[in-house]
Amino acid sequence: MHIYANPKRFLSLASWLMPLLFWSGLVLSLGAIAWGLFMVPPDRLMGETVRILFIHVPAAWLGMGGWAGLAISSAALLIWKHPLAGIAARAIAVPGMVFCAICLATGSIWGRPTWGTWWEWDGRLTSMLVLLFLYGGYIALSQAAAREGGSMKIAAIFGMVGAINVPIINRSVVWWNSLHQPPSLTAGKSAIDPVFLWPLLVAVIGFSLLFGAIVLMRMRALIAEQQVEARLRRRALDDEAPLSAAPAMEGA
Amino acid sequence: MRESLDHWPFVIGSYAVGLIALALLIIWSYRAMRRAEKRREEMKKR
Repeated sequence: MHIYANPKRFLSLASWLMPLLFWSGLVLSLGAIAWGLFMVPPDRLMGETVRILFIHVPAAWLGMGGWAGLAISSAALLIWKHPLAGIAARAIAVPGMVFCAICLATGSIWGRPTWGTWWEWDGRLTSMLVLLFLYGGYIALSQAAAREGGSMKIAAIFGMVGAINVPIINRSVVWWNSLHQPPSLTAGKSAIDPVFLWPLLVAVIGFSLLFGAIVLMRMRALIAEQQVEARLRRRALDDEAPLSAAPAMEGA
Repeated sequence: MRESLDHWPFVIGSYAVGLIALALLIIWSYRAMRRAEKRREEMKKR
């Protein structure tokens, strides 16, 4: 991991990895969506709404996985002071928040015909909404730190503390009574029929690759912005140096 | 009385919301990256 502490080395990696992730992710995602929309039969209980799962489940996985990545990057920033860790955490926050919002919106749309309600204040839905607010808080904190030239430590601590919500979301359907169904996929076991499981897995992989490409795009943007800032600061210091030196020479 | 709903508008609505949000995110991220890298190149030339 420390090999990529050098932004130049990281940028050379990102320049070929980003298009690879993007195009493979796009092909797999669109393929999985077409598969889920047009080739999968309606479910016995859910009917046609089962098709919503091929976008809802990957979005939920990436909303939670995004925060796990953000927390790991925050830990790397605090423990090893890895120069790219703070940038990685900031780069993950916005796509993580968007996927979390997609999960909530598609879940709500799915809930109306299936449960008869758009929203229910149960453990799973509420903890996912809390995750959306945590993303918002992290983005506000990290942007304020970057704008004011302050430390990213507070945002990193927030990122690590917020990670407590991820296992709560995961276990919420087991711990509390919920309209949401219990976990369908556990280690080595699946309660999902293979006819739905395979397109779902392809969708999860495809959207994850797209997520990776978006994070790399954002990291490249943040690195470039930092380099411009650093250059501007250096120039400002160079411009000030002769002026501050002049009176001293006059006085001598 | 059990309410009977046509499921397809909900399916289409879900995909519309998800795919439009994702497309906007990709376009915004790509443009932000290009803009920042262009600015860095211009700074180097000056």
